Amino acid sequence: MSDDLLIASGLEVGFGGGKTLLSAAKPVVKVLHGVSLRIGRGETVGIVGESGSGKTTLGRALLRLIDVSAGEIRFDGRDITHLAERDMRPIRRRMQLIFQDPMASLNPRQTIRRIVLEPMLFHGVAKNTADAETRARAIFDRFSLPVACLERYPHELSGGQRQRVGIARVALLAPDLVLADEIVSGLDVSTQAQALNLLKGLSRDLGLSMAFISHDLSVIRAVCDRVYVLRLGRIVEEGDCEALFGAPQNAYTRALLDAIPLPRVDPGWLSRASLGDEPAAPQA
Amino acid sequence: MSAPILAISNLSAMSVRDGAPILRGVDLEVARGETRGLVGESGAGKSTIAKAILGILPSTVSVTSGQARFEGADLLAMAAPRLRRLIGEGVALIPQDPMTALNPGRRIEAQLTDGPRLWRGLDARAARALALKGLEEVQIREPERVLRSYPHELSGGMRQRVLIAAAFALEPKLIVADEPTTALDVTVQKQILRLIRAMQSAYGAAVIFVTHDLGVVAQICDKVTLLFGGRVIEEGGVAQMMEAPRHPYAQALLAACPRYDRPSAGLRPIPESVVADLRAELAREPAAR
Amino acid sequence: MTAPSHGLRAILRSCARDRKVVTGGGFILFLLVLAIAAPLIAPKDPLAQDLIVGVTPPHGFAGAEPGYWLGTDDLGRDVLSRAIYGSRVALTVAFVAASLAAVLGSILGLLAGWYRGWVDFVISRLVEIWMAFPPVLLSILLVAVVGAGVGSVIAAIVIIDWTRFCRVVRAETMVQAQTDYVTAARAIGFARLRILTSEIFPNVLPMLIALVSLEMGIAVIVEAILSFVGLSVASDVPTWGGMIAQGRQMLHQGWWVLAVPLVALFLTVLAFNWLGEGLRRALDPVMRR
Repeated sequence: MSDDLLIASGLEVGFGGGKTLLSAAKPVVKVLHGVSLRIGRGETVGIVGESGSGKTTLGRALLRLIDVSAGEIRFDGRDITHLAERDMRPIRRRMQLIFQDPMASLNPRQTIRRIVLEPMLFHGVAKNTADAETRARAIFDRFSLPVACLERYPHELSGGQRQRVGIARVALLAPDLVLADEIVSGLDVSTQAQALNLLKGLSRDLGLSMAFISHDLSVIRAVCDRVYVLRLGRIVEEGDCEALFGAPQNAYTRALLDAIPLPRVDPGWLSRASLGDEPAAPQA
Repeated sequence: MSAPILAISNLSAMSVRDGAPILRGVDLEVARGETRGLVGESGAGKSTIAKAILGILPSTVSVTSGQARFEGADLLAMAAPRLRRLIGEGVALIPQDPMTALNPGRRIEAQLTDGPRLWRGLDARAARALALKGLEEVQIREPERVLRSYPHELSGGMRQRVLIAAAFALEPKLIVADEPTTALDVTVQKQILRLIRAMQSAYGAAVIFVTHDLGVVAQICDKVTLLFGGRVIEEGGVAQMMEAPRHPYAQALLAACPRYDRPSAGLRPIPESVVADLRAELAREPAAR
Repeated sequence: MTAPSHGLRAILRSCARDRKVVTGGGFILFLLVLAIAAPLIAPKDPLAQDLIVGVTPPHGFAGAEPGYWLGTDDLGRDVLSRAIYGSRVALTVAFVAASLAAVLGSILGLLAGWYRGWVDFVISRLVEIWMAFPPVLLSILLVAVVGAGVGSVIAAIVIIDWTRFCRVVRAETMVQAQTDYVTAARAIGFARLRILTSEIFPNVLPMLIALVSLEMGIAVIVEAILSFVGLSVASDVPTWGGMIAQGRQMLHQGWWVLAVPLVALFLTVLAFNWLGEGLRRALDPVMRR
């Protein structure tokens, strides 16, 4: 479908396997086994999975931050699977990443101004420093970030402010695709709601496509149009949110949904059988 | 009605560094065998209360007033050796992060037998037998192998089961579970919650369940205490707190929770006005009654 | 938000607060002044021999000569002046050798840690092989072949100690390469070299600075050892190691000839160690606060 912004087919990613002069070849650990997905323009797609499912690896692979050993990634019709870094550069502006821990994703030794302005100047989104500054102030205003933040260092900001700076940095590049990697895990529900609203608003206004990685199906429901369920490196189910949440087809998806405790008393929940009490996942 | 196992009254604490209040006149009574949820956003003071009960408050926090009575004896006024004995035998902790709560340099057997050997005076063989039984109770297959293992050889869920076994080893009357499932996958979480409930029933222990997850609270707790800024905002039976909380902050918190059965839930942050009102309320009253 | 807490002013402020930095740094500064202004400060010519006042004790002891504050050696040379002039050699070697070793080792460490692959392979093997040579033998060999002089001493220290910097910087670079902010920089599309210099290096620098201070202390000792065995600068230039060698032989006639350079050496190395340790602390918590 030429309508799609990103199409991944048969992605395989493995780690290890290096061999040097003095050591034997290390075994390859395969993390993704033939994963295929597509993200349409303006669509928000969820990628859900538990730990070990490979969701973070998938996200990094889609952005060409990790090499794939097999498969194809097409971005806006172009095959970028093995593109040289030099050719990737202009494409990188169009596909960006927001991280889970904003403290870790902002360089502690750079001012917020530098963190936020440099990418714009690098990609020519802003013509000069003054232009970049104007844009930054505008988006800070929109995100309710005090302009004084620009002079500060990351550790001087609150957690919520750092999160918004991380989103702002990406939004200022006016990308076509944003990958949000577990960005609300570990946040209080209220801060989480604020961040999600921010993203939804952005996505609407900029016509962004989003790939939303999370382990929390409830959060996915709140933001996404379609969802892919990932388990041990394979996609076990995919579909529109409405359809999937209404009538999950796959046993794993059903088990995932059932395992989520809702904030309403459900006397039978605890005793209802879950993903087999003999764990199919390793030694839980 | 028998006396509560834990009775905290008017507990106030402040930060040593800048005098900022951390707890404001907290009252908390937990009956025997009850499961009490202690909920609130980060910074509300839930962990501080848990640490006060366990006698492990950091030196940066100083208690300014109040009592914490465990089986009638005030934990805060007790001499250290007696406190250690009382806590060691009567109160147990199920910690948050199973990855870091176990000593990576010691085998599981050593860590499981510490408590029984210290407080029950068991010898190595008896303690080992007790540990083995404990592992079976938490439904670990191949308990012998696990006893011999080091923590890094076990999965997160298994480590948490080991920690639960360690917690129940001395048949404590009170368990403090500090976000015990936050670091676990949701399917593993359900198994662990089920286990905690089963163990609790078997041993008749009361559980204080510290968490920020209202879904977990709804499924596992009998009563809920909601904290904000170190003060108890609302308290009540779990059904009432989940269906019809009275305080606006409690209502807003519930509305902010994402739910997979309601598409639009989880996108309503707590309104600034509610938080501002609450902060004003807190600022008005004295830090301790 | 707090007041601006970075930049040179804040760094100087946090250094000024650290006792070790102030004491250690202050002493080094004092030595620097002594060394630079030696011709103006030293009371006597360090090379001037006057056998009439030979072997006189320091001021305050019986038999002391006025004007020779710390006594004289067996050739009648003023110990104080020689010690002051000795600081010139010590500090020159310390600053130059440590800096050069740091620059060489760091560059290779950064490249190895960031680019990995065959670059890392070659550099790591180089370090391993290099470290297999006994350092003292190597430096003695070098000086014996090339000839005496401050240059040879500096070269010897650089040639041996660059590996220390290389290993530590390489390890730190690899740690930095895993951080999310480096991934963020890659996602933005910055060139690899640029990421190394503007994202990674500034975070490696504080640790490097602390290491350089420690290395200066080591360099002072190495120079003292070399001059003790007569392999340092020309024998008429006063060095602490040379004074120690001489003092050792006349220990019973004049203990001060040994004691003075020993104390000077001890205090100098201690000062560098304190400076290094204090810097490591003072420069890092800027992040952690």
